[in-house]
Amino acid sequence: MKTIPVETTINGDSTEFLCHADESLLDVLRDRLGMTGAKEGCGTGDCGACSVMLNGRLVCSCLVLGVETQGAEVETIEGMAKGEELHPLQRVFLEEAALQCGVCTPGILVAAKALLEKNPDPTDTEVRYWLAGNLCRCTGYDKIIKAVQIAAAEMRSA
Amino acid sequence: MAFDAQAERKFKVVGTRVARPDGIDKVTGKAAYGADISAPGMLHGRILRSPHAHARISSIDVSAAEQLAGVKAVVTGADLAQPEDDFYADVAINCLARDKVLYDGHAVAAVAATSKAIAKQAIRLIKVDYEILPHVTDVDAAMKPDAPVIQEGRALETVPAGMSQNVTTHCQFGHGDLEAGFAKADKIIERSFKTAATHQGYIEPQACMASLGSDGRGEVWCCTQGQYMVRANCAAVLGVEESQLRITASEIGGGFGGKTSTFIEPVALALSRKSGKPVKIVMTRDEVLKATGPTISTSMDIKIGMTKDGRITAARGELRYSGGAYPNETVDMGAQAAFAAYDLEAVETVGWNAMTNRPKEIPYRAPGAPTAIYAVESVVDELSQELGLDPLDVRLMNAARKGTLSSYGPTFNEIGLVATLEAAKAHPHYVAPLGPNQGRGLSCGFWFNFGGNTCVSLNINDDGTVGVVEGNPDIGGSRASISMMAAEELGVPYDKVRTVIADTSSLGFNDITDGSRVTFAVGLATIEAARAAIKEMCRRVAKIWDIDEEAVLWEDGYAKPAGPNAGEHPPMSLAEIAAIAGNTGGPIAGHHEVNADGAGVSFGVHLCDTEVDPETGATKILRYTVFQDAGKAVHPDYVEGQMQGGAVQGIGWALNEEYIYGEDGRLQNAGFLDYRVPVASDLPDIETVILEIPNPGHPYGVRGVGETPIVPPLAAIANAVSRAAGVRMTELPMSPPRLLKAMTG
Amino acid sequence: MVRVKLWGSLRALADGEEWVEVEASNFKELLDQLAIKHPRLEPQIKRGVSLALDGVIYRDAWFTKIGPENEIILMPYMVGG
Repeated sequence: MKTIPVETTINGDSTEFLCHADESLLDVLRDRLGMTGAKEGCGTGDCGACSVMLNGRLVCSCLVLGVETQGAEVETIEGMAKGEELHPLQRVFLEEAALQCGVCTPGILVAAKALLEKNPDPTDTEVRYWLAGNLCRCTGYDKIIKAVQIAAAEMRSA
Repeated sequence: MAFDAQAERKFKVVGTRVARPDGIDKVTGKAAYGADISAPGMLHGRILRSPHAHARISSIDVSAAEQLAGVKAVVTGADLAQPEDDFYADVAINCLARDKVLYDGHAVAAVAATSKAIAKQAIRLIKVDYEILPHVTDVDAAMKPDAPVIQEGRALETVPAGMSQNVTTHCQFGHGDLEAGFAKADKIIERSFKTAATHQGYIEPQACMASLGSDGRGEVWCCTQGQYMVRANCAAVLGVEESQLRITASEIGGGFGGKTSTFIEPVALALSRKSGKPVKIVMTRDEVLKATGPTISTSMDIKIGMTKDGRITAARGELRYSGGAYPNETVDMGAQAAFAAYDLEAVETVGWNAMTNRPKEIPYRAPGAPTAIYAVESVVDELSQELGLDPLDVRLMNAARKGTLSSYGPTFNEIGLVATLEAAKAHPHYVAPLGPNQGRGLSCGFWFNFGGNTCVSLNINDDGTVGVVEGNPDIGGSRASISMMAAEELGVPYDKVRTVIADTSSLGFNDITDGSRVTFAVGLATIEAARAAIKEMCRRVAKIWDIDEEAVLWEDGYAKPAGPNAGEHPPMSLAEIAAIAGNTGGPIAGHHEVNADGAGVSFGVHLCDTEVDPETGATKILRYTVFQDAGKAVHPDYVEGQMQGGAVQGIGWALNEEYIYGEDGRLQNAGFLDYRVPVASDLPDIETVILEIPNPGHPYGVRGVGETPIVPPLAAIANAVSRAAGVRMTELPMSPPRLLKAMTG
Repeated sequence: MVRVKLWGSLRALADGEEWVEVEASNFKELLDQLAIKHPRLEPQIKRGVSLALDGVIYRDAWFTKIGPENEIILMPYMVGG
């Protein structure tokens, strides 16, 4: 199978890569572009560890083909901090111990950021339902929900 | 090493909530987990697995796969050694089968190719001739005399003659006169229970990169709970010397006991040896569920007698566990933990293990205990209900305490059970009102904590910072806790200490990260290493001041004269001493190697309110509170995290998670869609109450906390659901169809 | 002489004895003497046992001192997760 050239924008940077037609965006990010922040937890769109933004929409990158990103805008965990400055969600997650092993954390941060951009003042229930597509096995979710709310409050008052 | 009974020690660092050293890397996606590295010339490995639950392998033809362009190596069981030791022989066979496949998903062959796609294609070209054999996946069925035999000649000497060859273990614990005890009871309840196997459900599948040269020297990068265990297993299974292998533990995306063995590392090494290139293997989610290590599946009978005032007069349990297709001793621990929370005159627990055509069990937090305690606590709850007694008062009346002869043999020292029960009784959760279709359940939980082989090396750096080198993968934030203990002991700020985890070539042997042992054992060794470094620093300062060593003391990060007789010398800071180390004898370090003992036991109590939907059988968790004795909470956030995480795993185990086998013996639900773990919207906040009853065996009083939280939830939820639904649930998980069936009869 | 308690299923391999008396001053001597006095205990001892000494569990420590005043209980070798 021949590879297909793709031109896209990732975290604001224009990016070119070659991939097979049946390669997922997740595989492209991890194996072709060396961006291993998005993780493969299941490969079937059930765990959310591979979450990225595609044209402003939260998606599982294991369910998106690499070629689908032609001309699109992709945002990953690697683009969340600005240089040295962490996004409030990232900082608050650390302060509130909202991660233990950390493997689900990139997906959850991308998802939480997407939520707060849509709805800056969600209820706990809204946060829980929005994050229902992101599995975490270590924390029991409690500190994650609290951290999202604390970051949301900070972002609202900024 | 005993508890520092400095009665009111004021900790400066321990007990505070500090930032973790791996934090920035983990929130930015930079941290490197098992699958996150690559190497030049790397090949991709892929494993061919049996589609049959039980079959003899008549032949394997790998020629077509070998000839596919891009394939650089193919291996089968014949490429691995045949260790003499039963333990390693089982590891080898589980990595790659030899004469028989023992479960759906058992590895049969593996390829290494230049791309993932070619590797996937190649395994389809391997021709395996199977002679399908009858299979058995149920533990009770496996114990019947006419059951298909999984492996022959594996029974231990404790198994009576005449049983099916699948029965590999028999154990028994207890004391007292059961008959007399039951005769004294006003009410006796006897119930049978069944639980399905579950999986640790770590989000990161096993992954490794391995390289093994023709000179026998190799390297492995892998996600694991024990790099020294990986080294030992790989050496035995490949027939190479341990010291020739250098194993580095990556960051780990969850373990919970499920990464305390090796599944793919030996295979990757074998492929690398044959191909001459590094080989990367990453398991898919269905491989993880089919072919790593789920829990035991169980069938249990419990009989308890109680007086009308709530005193337990006799208790008997029979546990029939299956640890999959290999001999397994988890039932020993289940049998010991079952009645451990109780002060009993007459108690007996009998345990059996039988092999089934299922993957090889490995621990899931507190192996063997959650299921046994589910059964016992269900019967205690039912007795309380029938006799009209408050279930918490019943636990308090029968609670084990200092001086109680435990059901598994030893007499208890100071333990925190009564304190945790009393904390639960005093908590507003216990008296919050309940509505229709709602019920409240509680359970005690118990787990042993371990010490184990531990090495720590602590270096005083020339810039006044401190480097701690330890050998236990960090699965819960232990690096921060270790740094905190070093900072506390040395009297320096936390941010001056950096703890790293060594590879197997850089530090002496360490037991795996398990048994809730790291904060306890590595912490203890770190404290001793710090004290050794302090002694050396004081020795250097004594020389500078030209006084006796005994005349120098260490306080708050400074060497000081011990008293006025020592003379007037301005204190010297650690940084000042470090800066001139070269002049005073050379670099300064402390180290400690120990097989740590004195780990305490850990008790917890969980309270749970549920609401059941009589139309759908669905259960909603309304409120959940975890009470646990941590001895001393070094980093309270992480202790809470363990309590919450373990409770939620228990919620999944109680309500939804199960291995479903078909008539064909194959696993039906090998993915996260149908193996349903709790998601955020299933749950309320999990409240936590940490008690601190110091462990006399640790200088700061630390008890292990990681495993106990998974022990009470199964019973707490089953008791809550049983009361809410008006029917006693004796099978887990209590999934909606099962609950609905029980409620509608 | 020290007294060590065997767990239920081991007693059958020690002529039904619950408490066994041996001459030993540490864990290793205890295990060696047990195996000599009751050879059928040897397979289990070889596989591994833990020692509960006055309620504290020791998994491997051969030179742990034991004396007639201690409560000495044999337990199966434990693992965690």
